[in-house]
Formats: sequence, structure tokens, C-alpha cells
Amino acid sequence: MGRKLLLEKAHVPGIRTYEVYRREGGYRSVEKALKTMTPDQVTEEVKKSGLRGRGGAGFPAGMKWSFLAKPEGVPRYLVCNADESEPGTFKDRYLMEFIPHLLVEGLIVASYALGSNKTFIYIRGEYAWIVDILEQAIAEAKNNGWLGKNILGTGFDLEIYVQRGAGAYICGEETALLESLEGKRGNPRIKPPFPAVKGLWDSPTVVNNVETLAAVVPIINIGGDEYAKIGVGKSTGTKLISACGNINKPGVYEIDMTISVEEFIYSDEYCGGIPDGKRLKACIPGGSSVPILPANLLLKTAKGEKRMMNYESLSDGGFATGTMMGSGGFIVLDEDQCVVRHTLTLARFYRHESCGQCSPCREGTGWMEKILKNIEYGKGKKSDIDLLWDIQRKIEGNTICPLGDAAAWPVAAAIRHFRDEFEWHVLYPNAAQNRNYGLAHYADPLPVAAKT
Amino acid sequence: MSTIYIDNKQYEVKAGKNLLEACLGLGIDLPYFCWHPALGSVGACRQCAVKVFKDENDTHGRLVMSCMESIRDGLHLSVSDKTAKAFRSQVIEWLMTNHPHDCPVCDEGGSCHLQDMTVMTGHDYRRYHYKKRTYTNQYLGPFIHHEMNRCIQCYRCVRYYHEYAGGKDLNVFAAHNHVYFGRERDGILESPFSGNLVEVCPTGVFTDKTLREHYTRKWDLTTAPSVCNHCSVGCNTIAGERYGQLRCITNRYNSQVNGYFLCDRGRFGYEFVNSANRITQPLIRNRTVEAVDEAVLMDHLRALLTNHTLIGIGSPRASMESNIALMQLVGKENFYQGISDNAVFVEKRIVEVMQSGVIKTASLHDIQQSDAIVILGEDLWNTAPVMALAVRQGVMKTAAHQALQNRAIAEWHDAAVKELVQQEKGFLANCTVSSSPLDEISSSVMHKAPEDLARLGFAIAQRLNMVLPVVQLNDDMSTPAAVIAAALQKAKRPVIISGAGYYNEALIRAAFDIAAACKATAEEVHLAYVMPECNSMGLAMMQASGFENAVLRTSRVNNVTAIVLENDLYRNVPAQIADVFFNNCQHCIVLDSLHNATTQHADVLIPAASFAEADGTLVNYEGRAQRFYQVFVPANKNMQESWKWLMKMQPVQTGSAVERSYHPEEVLAMGEQLLPRLSGITAVAPPRNFRVNGQPLPRAPHRYSGRTAMLSNLTVSEPKPKQDYDSPFTFTMEGYSGMPPSPLIPFFWSPGWNSNQAVNKYQEEPGGSLKNEHAGKLLFEYKQDATPVYFKDIPEAFMVRHEKWLLLPQYEVFGSEELSAYSKGISELSPSPYAALSQLDADPLSLVNGSLITVKIFEQVYELPVRINAAIPKGVMLMPAGLAGMPVMAWNSWVQIISIRL
Repeated sequence: MGRKLLLEKAHVPGIRTYEVYRREGGYRSVEKALKTMTPDQVTEEVKKSGLRGRGGAGFPAGMKWSFLAKPEGVPRYLVCNADESEPGTFKDRYLMEFIPHLLVEGLIVASYALGSNKTFIYIRGEYAWIVDILEQAIAEAKNNGWLGKNILGTGFDLEIYVQRGAGAYICGEETALLESLEGKRGNPRIKPPFPAVKGLWDSPTVVNNVETLAAVVPIINIGGDEYAKIGVGKSTGTKLISACGNINKPGVYEIDMTISVEEFIYSDEYCGGIPDGKRLKACIPGGSSVPILPANLLLKTAKGEKRMMNYESLSDGGFATGTMMGSGGFIVLDEDQCVVRHTLTLARFYRHESCGQCSPCREGTGWMEKILKNIEYGKGKKSDIDLLWDIQRKIEGNTICPLGDAAAWPVAAAIRHFRDEFEWHVLYPNAAQNRNYGLAHYADPLPVAAKT
Repeated sequence: MSTIYIDNKQYEVKAGKNLLEACLGLGIDLPYFCWHPALGSVGACRQCAVKVFKDENDTHGRLVMSCMESIRDGLHLSVSDKTAKAFRSQVIEWLMTNHPHDCPVCDEGGSCHLQDMTVMTGHDYRRYHYKKRTYTNQYLGPFIHHEMNRCIQCYRCVRYYHEYAGGKDLNVFAAHNHVYFGRERDGILESPFSGNLVEVCPTGVFTDKTLREHYTRKWDLTTAPSVCNHCSVGCNTIAGERYGQLRCITNRYNSQVNGYFLCDRGRFGYEFVNSANRITQPLIRNRTVEAVDEAVLMDHLRALLTNHTLIGIGSPRASMESNIALMQLVGKENFYQGISDNAVFVEKRIVEVMQSGVIKTASLHDIQQSDAIVILGEDLWNTAPVMALAVRQGVMKTAAHQALQNRAIAEWHDAAVKELVQQEKGFLANCTVSSSPLDEISSSVMHKAPEDLARLGFAIAQRLNMVLPVVQLNDDMSTPAAVIAAALQKAKRPVIISGAGYYNEALIRAAFDIAAACKATAEEVHLAYVMPECNSMGLAMMQASGFENAVLRTSRVNNVTAIVLENDLYRNVPAQIADVFFNNCQHCIVLDSLHNATTQHADVLIPAASFAEADGTLVNYEGRAQRFYQVFVPANKNMQESWKWLMKMQPVQTGSAVERSYHPEEVLAMGEQLLPRLSGITAVAPPRNFRVNGQPLPRAPHRYSGRTAMLSNLTVSEPKPKQDYDSPFTFTMEGYSGMPPSPLIPFFWSPGWNSNQAVNKYQEEPGGSLKNEHAGKLLFEYKQDATPVYFKDIPEAFMVRHEKWLLLPQYEVFGSEELSAYSKGISELSPSPYAALSQLDADPLSLVNGSLITVKIFEQVYELPVRINAAIPKGVMLMPAGLAGMPVMAWNSWVQIISIRL
């Protein structure tokens, strides 16, 4: 049983309310930070903890905070990115829904560290009911003196506002999020200037994921050094994984990044194995945009080592034989799933969510979707697979924001690892309409990767 | 300068630019869409990708967008790299997935940037086999045709319309591969600069609707360099003709004047040339057959021109040549400006100030580069729209310069600059009578009566130079005066703009005083006075007296033959005065291109060529003489330049038998003789015998089609091409096929560059000056050591009169200018008459918007709907100037409201 820092109290009855949360030791970190630490000390603790951004990119949070420009007379902002819209990811929703005060607490401490007197939670439009939960929690916190003017008599003022997005995936990208928050069209900005220098309303801004900000609470409570001891290597602390797909126990799990992928899928403590005794075909371990891995490469790295649930191990082997930790959206596919159809679903999503600003992403995603649709519905040609490969290659790395990469990687990985399945769809369109390709020879190490 | 290596070849390039600019400046073809020299880089289309290498040993390289990459000394890049080429071709393929293959029926075909770029990248095979995306098009008004299916989503339209020109009603909608560029709903585009969308759009989404009504491919047009004749700015244009009909006006780049953009009045106001209202035949009135030919006309004129006192009435919209020819014919002392004395008084002051040479005149380029602008009493947006656009750029650029200080971001990096600038603006004080779209970008806005504005001006000057007399101002004006003075004190390159719009001479003096006072602190001060019409400055420089003096003269002298040159006097002086004039004159010869109220009074009416059928010179507001060239020879040979007619009358008048034809430069030389202050005007353009490699310059591109067949319905033998004896041009495609020098560019074309983007090839560097640019001849000379003589005569403050209103003109972009109003689209957009009042004046009378008031002006009664505008100062009434059925030159008189219908 791994150590739990975030969800430990998530199931205490009534934990959503301030009274219960406080009774269970809530807001201790605020007291500790505001009363006994300077903002720089808080930042230092977070740096020491080795906490990496939980939104997907895994950038060290303390480092991000220390980049924040602090010119005189200019307000600074903290923005909480709750626009959790990566398919397969629902950890932030879970956290906000069940233990909203943890986020509020984390926001207060982080705002104190960054000197933000106005902090925004930019929340995904579809999470309408969670807005109410958060606003309730914010109101309770304010009534009890944790927000507002002169918090705990320290002279620190803070207001937290919840802003609903309109449902665009791209608004989860931090600069597009800021545009949207300012009331503009949610197109990503070109960097530089970086948000840390010119972000929200022309002011230095830090944008952090919900889980990242919630993790600040245990870091302050137990200390950065202590936090850094949990986990392995640079993957410190605990990580929320939202597991879904063909597993017995879908849900959000807090892991301490020392367990193996195999254990995560099969142990009863976590996913509880695959239903109906089916075999594992593939898995996307970090949200829809990270590369899909076939079972053989998922459970063992190309070097034959056990693959672990942490940043380093998951990305072992690069994109050729590895994948990424991403946002922790763990999607499991059993032997009856069709990779082409699955890729089409993702391609459709990315086409729809492209903002339409730069050509490769705007036009490329639409084209990829159309090709995949043809292949899936038995109208594909063998050359379509090469065309698909060509298009994704030209999108990757050539767009303004990472959405282009996010759209290209799933297609690339699907072709890289499952090219024979694509070919089978093209060669036997009628069969492909009626049954699935199955597992084929994915037990064979590196069969398809070598080909491409 | 920096040294860079492109495909291992060494080049010296200007630092501070991006790689795309560098490549284009070096003449290396690199495709692009979203970048535009006037709009900067945003890196959206990804079309201009090149490979950049770490050093000369790096063979792998990195794909970058050249428009987003700064020049660094020693940089190695490759344009011809295989990966880069493949990527560029891939981008075109992406863009073409949804682009319809309708080039044959597309208005843009043959002058399409997308076509050029597609060919340039070498993409020729289609791998996309799916349905194309389609859109619903919108009605965008009489000027712009919308065809969204052709869109390649480069965002240039929105960036231009929204950010560059400040329009609000065109935007981007929806997302992913279904983004839509248009209005929120169908409707007329609000910006008076919408026509530039036609040139900004790299493909056929926004096309010229007026051209569409008589469509011709670019390569089938006979074109000539022209100068816009719809306001005093003098934007350079290219006018195109086919089959004797003027087809379109496009922008002719000039780094000092209009740059890349025109206003809609200039672009779409050309259609009066094709109007059915044109005068086509010489007419001698009160004959059984009025229409006569040239010989009969000249015969008839002999009696009128001899034994009569000749009075010549010049025109602010006729060319210098025509005005000079008239002066030559009637004699200097008999030549009058065809405008009212009030206007002459103001314009004379302007010429005097400019002539003193104390302050430099402000070109549009100077305005764009300025860091503080004060507009004193001129409704720039409506009287000189493109200057207003330049003011906007000045304000934006200053903000950008401030934001970029101490930052490692280049100026061309539009997206980053916009991010840094946010709502910041450079300093602009817009001090006018009523509200203007420039108000929203102004740091200081003031709406006062002209006298008060002049006082404000003097007060600002006094704050800059304490020696000047103190002006007592109310609190609501003294604070802004201090703010404006403080901003000017800090400014390095201030520009002061005023004009003749309100016919208030004190404004002219005040503006001069401010500019002169700025000289102490600024590096460079510029001054601009907007003039009423395209050649007002040229006419004013001829220093003749106003029309009222001519009337006086005719009342004293008998036997007068008046020659009215291209002037509808009923637009320039009150009708009563014009009537008296025509009563006094025994004979009246009128030369004009269109029938109007004045031509009704002509005993002899002579058809004049319009700008498109004429050679001539116009002097713009800064005293810049610019030559416009005849585009085509009208089939009707009666339509000749006024100056040609007038020069033909000369031997008739003197009785000399020698008939000879004159050329524009000879007429200008006569002008120099007559008026020393015009000296230098003959240098306006290369002489008519100018040749390149011994060859004349063709007006038609080498791909001009159908020449031998065009007239085959009339005759099967191909007629001899028309000869041009007045300019270095031919009317055909024969002649020198390379790039002509700058004032003689009839069209922009370069191999592989069929669209207007070919202008890159004509420039020293993208967005810079044209190669060997000759941007007209400035007639005012700046004198370095001239000491300013301040005007110290300060007008009294404006006093509101009981139940009386000071009548002032409200100019309208569409409608106030005479010739453009004859064009269909312009007349559609021109407002109906109204009277605008302050809220403070409307309330006591219980007036609301639309209430009808009756006012009496010069014995004439007008019933007009009321427009209430809170910006108008109390005691002032505005009426649209130049509209049919509106009072003429009644400005600055006091009017009473006779009755009210609510």
C-alpha cells in the first residue's frame, strides 16, 4: 500500500464541508506558511520537494515559480488550470469534487508564495457542478478567515475566483487559457514573452495544474525534503492516476511512483485486472496524446526491464519503444479493441479541438481523421497508411503550440506499433467490419517498431 | 549589418530583420502567407520554413519558420534544403486540401498569391481525395465580394482589418478546420479601409465587387501609374482599363505617401469615369444642333475669346497643367481660384506657413514614425482617411517601441509585440469639433468649437515656449493643454496636423505655433495641413484671389467671357454668388468631365478628360507634386485634357496661325515662368522622351491578350496602336519589359510573382522604399536655419449665442467629395442630409434623434432630421458637407431654428 498524501481523507464523510476538513487537519499548511515562512521559503520548500507539474509536461513546479518576474507596482497572478480536457484524464475532477478544500488550501499557500492577491481557477466548462462545489468551498474558507483581507492577521490579501471555460481543449494550454480568461478567443500565444513575464492582463503569471497546487499542501505540512523521499529519482511524491478502459476497477488512484505498470493494472488495490479474463492489448498511460504502447512494450522496456509507473521509466526508450507519464490518464485496451477505430476517435477529437491558427494542425488533423475514417470503414488504401505517417511527421514539431504534437503522436504510435492492424483493415475491409484483428504477435519484442 | 550564409553563400544583410525579410530582400524566392511587411510576423501559416544550422559543420539542421527567426551574425540557413522544401510543399498541400480548384472562374486568378506560392513550392499532385469544406458567404456591402470557400486561413484579413485599421466588424469565428472570416452577420463593412482586404487577402476570398461588374483579368488590363484625386493626400494608385472602360484602382506602393493601403473612397470612387453623366461632345448652347465638332467649336470660340475680357476660374480638382494653361490663356491678373474667399484666406495662410520653411512638412511616412501626434481642428478620418490610418500606425508603433525597450523581442514579431503592448497607446491628441473613430486611440480627446481649439493650440504653444502670450483657458481645457504640452516636450518626433476643413485661419496659426515651439526640444518636428481637394495646394500656390473677387470684377467690367475649368461652382461658393457671376458674364465657357449645376450655365461646354484619360500633375497637402498618367485614349476623341483644350485656344485667341501641340512638361515649364514659387515642378517625373535601353515603357503586361481581336466586331484589320506623345509609355505591351523606375511603374509584376506581392521585388527591402524611388517633387523647401515668427494674435473664445448655432461642416468619407459621389457604391454609402447637435442643445428643445428641424441658411429653407451627438460642443450645429441638397460654404455663419417637428 503506497503512501497517500492527496486522497488520504477524500472519503471521510462530509470532507467537502469546511468543518470536517478543518477537523481532519485542513488549513494547517496555510497557518504554517503564512505565519512561520516567508514567500521565498515556501517556494524553496516546493523546489526542494522536486514536485513536477502534474498537468502533463512534468516541468518542475518550484522552478516555474522562481521564474516569475516581480516588477514593482505590477500585480502578479496565479492561475489554476482546471481545464482538464485531455481524454482519459479525470483526476482533477475527482480531487475538486471530493476534497475541494485541499485545492483552496493549496491555492492560498501558492498565492502567498507568488504574491498573487487575485487567483483564478479556470475550470473546464463541462465541470459545471464542480464550480458550485468550489465556490461553496471558497465561500466557507472566506467565512472562516482563510481568504479576504489580512488573512490570519499577516497582512496578506487573497481572493479566489472561479471562471468557467467554454469547453475548448486548447484552453488547457496555458497561454490559450490566459487568452480565454481575458475574454478573448482561446488561441495560444507565441512565446516569448512567457506568462512568467507577461501573462494574464499583461502581468507576470504562473499557471499550475490542480493536482500540482494541491500537492503544495502536503509539501508544506511534511516539508519538501520529506516529500522528495517519496517516489524514485526525479519522480518525487505521489501522483494521481485516472484509470479507465478495459479494467475491472476504473477510478482515480494515488500512487507513489514506485510500483510497476503490471502491478498497477493487475493488482486488486488498483485496476484489478482486465474484465472477463481477456488479455491486455495496449495501453495509453498518460492521457490521449501520449504514444500508445502494445502490451509487450508496456510491461517491459525494450531493454527487458520492468516498466515502472514513473516519469523516467515510462519514457524509457523514447517514442520508438516508450511513452510518457503525461497527465496520468491511464487508458487500457483489451484484446478485443480495434486500434484503428481507437486512433480515429482520438484523431476526431484533435481535429475538433484544433484552434485553427496554424496550417499543419488545422488542416493536417482534419485530413488524418478523414483517412482514418476511410481505413476504419473499409475504404482505405495501403498508401493511406504511408500518407498518414507522412502527414503526422510533418505536423510534429512544426506547430505554434503542442496541440499539433498531441494530435500527431497517437497516430504515429498507432502506426509504429500496430501497422499490421492498419494493413489488415486495408487488405480485408469486409473482415475488418465484422471482427477484430486481435492480439497478433505483439508478444514478439519490437516487431513493428523495427519496421518503421 | 550582419553576415549570414544562405545555402553556403555569404550575404550581408541588415540586422534586426527576420530571415524571411532578409531572403526576400536578397531576391531569394521564399513562399509566405501570414507575413505581410505592414503587419509583421505571427508564424501562423508555417509556409516560410527554412533549415537553420548551428554552424557550418552542422549537417542535420533544424526546421524553423523564417518569419519568426531573427538574423544573427554568422547564421547558416538553407532555403533549398530537401526537408525544408518538402515541408513547404506539404503546407501548400494542406492549404489546398480545402481550396476549390476554381481558378478559371475566380476573380483572383492570374493575380493570386496562392497560385504563385503553389507554383513556387512545386506542389502539383493531389493526395487528398475527400470532400472539401464549404461555407456560406456573406453580403459585405457594395465594395467587397465574399467567397469563403477559397479561404486558406492565413488570418491576414483580420489582422489587417482589426489590428491595423481598427475595424471592429470583421473577425474570425469558429475553430479547427472550420474557422470563418467575416462579420457576425451579413452587412456592410463599417471600416472605410475595407477595400484593402482585396489586396491583403492572398487568394480570392475578398475581391473587388466593382471590378466584378466589369471584370477583366489583371493581365488584360492596360494600366498606368495614377494619383488618387479624391482628397489632398495624393495616394499613388494604379488605374486599369480595358475596352475604353476604367475597370479598377489598385494601390501603387510609395514608401513616402500611401505605403500599402488606400481608403475605399480612393479605391472605389473611380466609377464616375464610366458614368453616363459624362460630357461627351462639345456643345454650343442655343443652337438648333448644340453638339458640334472641334473645328466648329474653335470657330465659335474665336469670337468669344477675342474682344472680350477673359476671366479664368481655376479649380482645386484640376491638374496643375490645366490651371497653368488657363492662367496662361487669360493672363495672370484674370485668373481666379474657383473657391470662396474664406477658403482662399485659410489656404493662403497654409501656403505662407509652408513656404516659410520653418517646419518640415509631414509625409505619411513621417506621421507613421512619429512618437506624439496632435490633431488640431481637422476631422482627419473623413477628410484625409489614409492620413488617419497613418496616425493610427504612429500611435501603435510608438506603443510598440515603448514596450520593446530593453527586451529581446524584435519589432517585426507582431504576436509578441501585441502581447506586450496590450492596451498601451502612443500619444495622440485628437482635438476636433465632433467625435471621430480616432478618439478611441487618443490619449487626449477634445471636442470644441474651432476658435476654442485654436486657443487651445496657442495655449499649448505657450506652455512649450514661455515667451509667447498667455491664453486664459477654462479648467476643462487648461488641464488637457498641459497634458498635451508635456507629451510634446518629451517627444522626439512630434507631428502637428491641422487643416482647412473648418475654414478657420486661427487654427492654422495655432498649429504652426505649436510646431515651432516644439523645435526647441524635439529632434524633428513635422507639420501637416489637410487641404480640401486633390490639387487645392497646387491651386493655392498659384496665389490667385478667390471667386468673390472674380464676381466683383465681372460686375465692373462688361463683355466678359468666363472660362470655368473643371469646377462646379455651386459646390464651392453659395448659389447666390455663382448666380450673380453667371448673370454678369456675357459668355461662359465651361470645361468639365461631368454634367453638373455649373455646366448648365455654359454657353460653350467642352468635354474634359477625367484623370484616367489625362496626363497631369497634382500637388498634395505637403506640397508634393506627383504626376499621373493617362491610362487610355478614350474612343471619343472629344474628351481631351483641359490643358490641351486651353492650349489649343491660345492661337485662336491671339489669332496666330501656328498650331502646335504641347506636352505636360512644357505646360509646367510655363507655370514655372508665370509663378516662380512653382519652380522645380518640371522635375516631377522623367521627361516624355525617357527611355530604358532605348525602349518606351509598356502600359500592358506582356501577356495582354486579344489585342488583334478586340475590335474585330468593328473592323477586321487591326488598327494602329494609339501613340502617346506626352509620356514615356506606350499603350501596348511593346517596350521595355523589365522593372521601370519608381514613378513610372504601371503594374507590379515579376517572374513567378503575379499578385500585388510582386512589389517585394521593386523594393530595396520588404516594406522599404522602392528601388531608386522618386516619390514626387516636394515644392516646399525646409530651411534649416529659418527662425520661426510666431503668430501671437489669439482669437476670442467661442461664445454660445442665444438660440443661434454656429454652422460647421461635418465631412463624410463617402459623399462629401464631389467626383467619387458619382460612383455607385460610394453614393450608396453616403448618408442622407441631417443636422447634428449637441445633447445640451437638443434637450431644452425636446429634440430627439430623427426630429425634424427647419433652418434658414442664405435665404434657403432646409428641413432636416436631427442627429444628437454628445461630443459636439454646445452652440454648434454640424451639417454634412458636399452632399446634394445641403448648404454650400455657409460654414461659420449663425443659423436659427425656425420650426421643429418632433
